Amino acid sequence: MSILVYTESENGKLKKAAFEVASYAKGIADLMSTSVTAVSINADNVEELKNYGVDKVLKVSNDKLSKFNADAYAEVITQASKKEDSKIVIVSQSANAKYLAPLLAVNLEAGYASNIVALPKLDEGFVVERTAFTNKAFSMTSISTDVKVLGLSSNAFGLKENEASLSEEDFSPELSDANFGIDVVSVDKNKDKVSIADAEIVVSAGRGMKGPENWEMIEELADVLNAATACSKPVSDMGWRPHSEHVGQTGKPVATNLYIAIGISGAIQHLAGISASKNKVVINTDPEAPFFKAADYGIVGDAFEVVPELIEKLKEFKANNS
Amino acid sequence: MKILVCISHVPDTTSKINFVEDDTKFDTGGVQFVINPNDEFGLTRAMWFKDKQGATVDVVTVGGKDTEPTIRKALAIGADSAHRVDTEPLDGFQVAKELAEVAKDGKYDLIIAGRESIDYNGGMVPGMLAKLIGANFINTCVSLEVEGDTATAVREIDGGKETLKSSLPLVIGGQKGLVEESDLKIPNMRGIMMARKKPLNVVEPISADSLTEAKSFRKPKPKGEITLVDADNLDKLIDLLHNEAKAI
Ligand SMILES: Cc1cc2nc3c(=O)[nH]c(=O)nc-3n(C[C@H](O)[C@H](O)[C@H](O)COP(=O)(O)OP(=O)(O)OC[C@H]3O[C@@H](n4cnc5c(N)ncnc54)[C@H](O)[C@@H]3O)c2cc1C
Ligand SMILES: Cc1cc2nc3c(=O)[nH]c(=O)nc-3n(C[C@H](O)[C@H](O)[C@H](O)COP(=O)(O)OP(=O)(O)OC[C@H]3O[C@@H](n4cnc5c(N)ncnc54)[C@H](O)[C@@H]3O)c2cc1C
Repeated sequence: MSILVYTESENGKLKKAAFEVASYAKGIADLMSTSVTAVSINADNVEELKNYGVDKVLKVSNDKLSKFNADAYAEVITQASKKEDSKIVIVSQSANAKYLAPLLAVNLEAGYASNIVALPKLDEGFVVERTAFTNKAFSMTSISTDVKVLGLSSNAFGLKENEASLSEEDFSPELSDANFGIDVVSVDKNKDKVSIADAEIVVSAGRGMKGPENWEMIEELADVLNAATACSKPVSDMGWRPHSEHVGQTGKPVATNLYIAIGISGAIQHLAGISASKNKVVINTDPEAPFFKAADYGIVGDAFEVVPELIEKLKEFKANNS
Repeated sequence: MKILVCISHVPDTTSKINFVEDDTKFDTGGVQFVINPNDEFGLTRAMWFKDKQGATVDVVTVGGKDTEPTIRKALAIGADSAHRVDTEPLDGFQVAKELAEVAKDGKYDLIIAGRESIDYNGGMVPGMLAKLIGANFINTCVSLEVEGDTATAVREIDGGKETLKSSLPLVIGGQKGLVEESDLKIPNMRGIMMARKKPLNVVEPISADSLTEAKSFRKPKPKGEITLVDADNLDKLIDLLHNEAKAI
């Protein structure tokens, strides 16, 4: 009956998202007076899960799973959940987790709620709060099935330390060829850049930058802050930046700790996608730009003057604070 | 090749989001409904397969009669015929089960859906549909080619891309990248006239159960006042971000 949490890893290391979903699972386990079991695939440092309230970890080591495969991974989690007789299965909302969760839900005949932002309420059934209408609203959603799959929005719950006495168990689920119907031909991952999904800070720029040749300062600012770079939709439509950087309602969602918007007006579709970020800074020449109504901190000024100076000041700050 | 494109009928991106009946229902008053943007990219890619590879393209939506203008627009863009499963969409699982019936009947080689709807943002219908009909599934798909019975797709992952191969039948959750923004077509007069003559089949639902229910809604709390910092005083900004926001 324990809560099952899928703790993702990459290159053998658990991701930060894994500790966040583990913290969340522990929160639910406390509400329901039960324990937390994690399932990990090809991760080496599972012992770190004990700091986040995990009681047991099912360790899967399988070379066939060295590359992510949604159907096979969903099958692993399905079998883990049946073995543990778990009624609640928790996943993150990384691209991979969002890919496998609907498959998992069908396997388990479970109701699935995505983009969850808080612990469930148990007084009237099982009700979770999730974002809807691209962050323009929250919906209280009840799940009526015996088994439930929950997708936790990133940075919605945070990391909560909770010492547990973790036990490790090897787990070898049975996989068939049918689980590998899709062949991963190649993976092209930018290794020296933080992704928008994993970043604590995102530096984003818009049409106010005038042209792609001016992105050097945006990249440098991102570099100093160890941030990911992003852009508004027209910037990617014009080919100034790759589509993968397009954020907003029709691009990637951003739910980061700090979002810095430079030369972005703050159109409703842009704001919808980034509003889950905790702190928003706007740098814009036009004090009437709508972004000033949505941000926490603002500078009315020319990016071409402010950004280079900000880079210098931040370098100084970093040098004094490390 | 037979293609089915799943169309979700959603409020236009500029819509005011409000709720009525004690915050239990979305207020559709004054709201303009459109083809879900992710589905429009998919539909446009399907048109490419039609023009270049002779594919036939059906579209389907699960929804009431009020969704017909949206599905007619898909026909005007160039789809050959449409199905409307005549039931209110309640949640992703129910919609996927209804779509699965249409998909099985039509024996489609390729089913193109969107990565997520911009209203309920479930991000679940395409994956569930694939699993229910035993087809392969590729999510966040940004490029798709089909040759014979093999599809080659590129999927967006966190911080990169992955190239995948799959046999057919295949379901994708698509998004921008499948085609460019500039490839999207506004239906012309001829398309609109022709759409009126194309078949729009109203399909009886199997009345699948929903497994989740949106009980009530709330809007985000109004934001506090912005703190403006002088452009000549960037130390102040750094101080605020460090000590107040604890973000750097
Ligand atoms: C269906 C639909 C979906 C959409 N989805 C998205 C989406 O997902 N994401 C998205 O971003 N947009 C989206 N849009 C587009 C959106 O409506 C806006 O057009 C877009 O966000 C504007 O981009 P921008 O802020 O870069 O450009 P602009 O609106 O042109 O703003 C540029 C800003 O830069 C400022 N500026 C100029 N010079 C300087 C300078 N030297 N220093 C500092 N500031 C300067 C200007 O004052 C201005 O505010 C969508 C639109 C539609 C219709
Ligand atoms: C008045 C009204 C009220 C509604 N209330 C709710 C509610 O309270 N809770 C709720 O979850 N849903 C509600 N819906 C239904 C919602 O619009 C969706 O159709 C359905 O819930 C799936 O949403 P999703 O966000 O999970 O889809 P996603 O999984 O995010 O959609 C991904 C893709 O699946 C396909 N798809 C999704 N829905 C449909 C569809 N209906 N027909 C054909 N293809 C589709 C599209 O290709 C779409 O891009 C309501 C709809 C209406 C018209």
